[in-house]
Amino acid sequence: MAVTVRIPTPLQRLTNGQGEVPCDGKTVTELLADLDRRYPGVKERICDESGKLRRFVNIFVNEEDIRFLQGDQTTVKDGDDVSIIPAIAGG
Amino acid sequence: MTVPAAQTTRKAGHTASHPMSTMIGLKCRECGRLYPKQVINVCEYCFGSIEVDYDYKAIRSRLTRAAITSRPHSLWRYRELLPIDGEPTIGLTSGFTPLFRAGRLAEALGVKELYVKDDSVSHPTLSFKDRVVSVALTRAKELGFDTVACASTGNLANAVSAHAAKAGLKCFVCIPADLESGKVIASQVYRPTVVSIEGTYDDVNRLCAELSAKYPWAFVNVNIRPYYAEGSKTYGFEVAEQLGWRAPAHIVIPAASGSLITKIAKAFNEFQLLGLIPETHTKLYAAQAEGCSPITTAIQARSDIVKPVKPKTIAKSLAIGNPADGYYSTKAVLESGGWAEAVTDDEIIAGIQLLGETEGVFTETAGGVTVAVAKKLITQGKIPRDEAIVLCITGNGLKTLEPLVGRLGETVRIKPTLAAFQERLGDQIK
Repeated sequence: MAVTVRIPTPLQRLTNGQGEVPCDGKTVTELLADLDRRYPGVKERICDESGKLRRFVNIFVNEEDIRFLQGDQTTVKDGDDVSIIPAIAGG
Repeated sequence: MTVPAAQTTRKAGHTASHPMSTMIGLKCRECGRLYPKQVINVCEYCFGSIEVDYDYKAIRSRLTRAAITSRPHSLWRYRELLPIDGEPTIGLTSGFTPLFRAGRLAEALGVKELYVKDDSVSHPTLSFKDRVVSVALTRAKELGFDTVACASTGNLANAVSAHAAKAGLKCFVCIPADLESGKVIASQVYRPTVVSIEGTYDDVNRLCAELSAKYPWAFVNVNIRPYYAEGSKTYGFEVAEQLGWRAPAHIVIPAASGSLITKIAKAFNEFQLLGLIPETHTKLYAAQAEGCSPITTAIQARSDIVKPVKPKTIAKSLAIGNPADGYYSTKAVLESGGWAEAVTDDEIIAGIQLLGETEGVFTETAGGVTVAVAKKLITQGKIPRDEAIVLCITGNGLKTLEPLVGRLGETVRIKPTLAAFQERLGDQIK
């Protein structure tokens, strides 16, 4: 079993149209690195030149915003759900 | 039922250009990428905010003061500055709410020139959300949608439900499960599907962002947000027109997602660009509750990093801990030379009462926040006492009765006799 990563619509062209993909890693950072290995180009889209998450991207682990957890060092385990969600929504 | 971006775009994407349309396309506010007038809410490359791009040259030739004033009293009198291709079809009686000089409140606050822009009487759902929804649903119909949806703290759900009913559209509204009963009932009456979600508004919003990728619906504040958000500009247009074609020196705006702040600023800028009002450097002030003040915190720190919070406030319509336009609204306020404050629940209730007892307007908790923050900023000297100030009252108090229960004193209860009346009230009647 792996971690399920939910892919936002703008990135689904890079994941062959898939809205959910399995990935491996112990932290969010590792997970994103694995996601990029499987689907090259994804990381460049959600992280800036310095490797930090872009201002307008939010990541949730099991429905909790990682900014309330340990940021990109938040740990993940098999069976967890991770969502990548554009920040510009709502209100 | 997954609906990939491309499929959604094909289904409900391009529309034929219309001779009336002044909307050129969409543009990423961050990287400048251009997009056709399709269903998209963030830049596919950098996730930046998408803005509508207009043909201001064409607008300038058509949208004069005379043209505007000759039109019906609705938000559509500014149609050229709104993102639709054809004729408006929804919300034809929405907008153009009163702006009035608030003399007694001015006296109470110790200022010279104070105005209230009163969307608590917006038709038909008594909040400024009638504006954004009129635009969003007109555009949703143009794009071919038959179902509309939203993530809401209450007022938006009311507006989407009502306007969808009038338009004959299917409707799903998602709200936090702990909303005030007035706001729940004021959606249910229009017979939408109301989905009560066990979580905060931010949970509702996240879920809707995910749902919008799966269902081919127009989520007004998610996948068609660039169009929806433009509706808020009409609040600013009306303020400027009703003030006698000028922008105020100061305007106090309640902040939830922060979108209203950015759109009022845009409205004044567009009117100046078109020569409809003289150049004015309006100072914008953000009003939030202490229990949810991520935008105020960022502004007071003069930072462009808006840290999310877990909301805990009676001002539920402002309880967005992770505001979509936090960055842009913070920037707009700081660039304007304005400021921000946050107030306690007790101050919010006092603000509601103050507006009621001085101006005869019953606003909801968000309006209490605006009045209380204005009072605080005036007391601090952040807003000068001798310049024109506008307070944005965006919702109606009848929808948020719960926080006031037991807070306004007792009624004078008597037997139905003259003696009983005189016994209880005789001292007060000279």
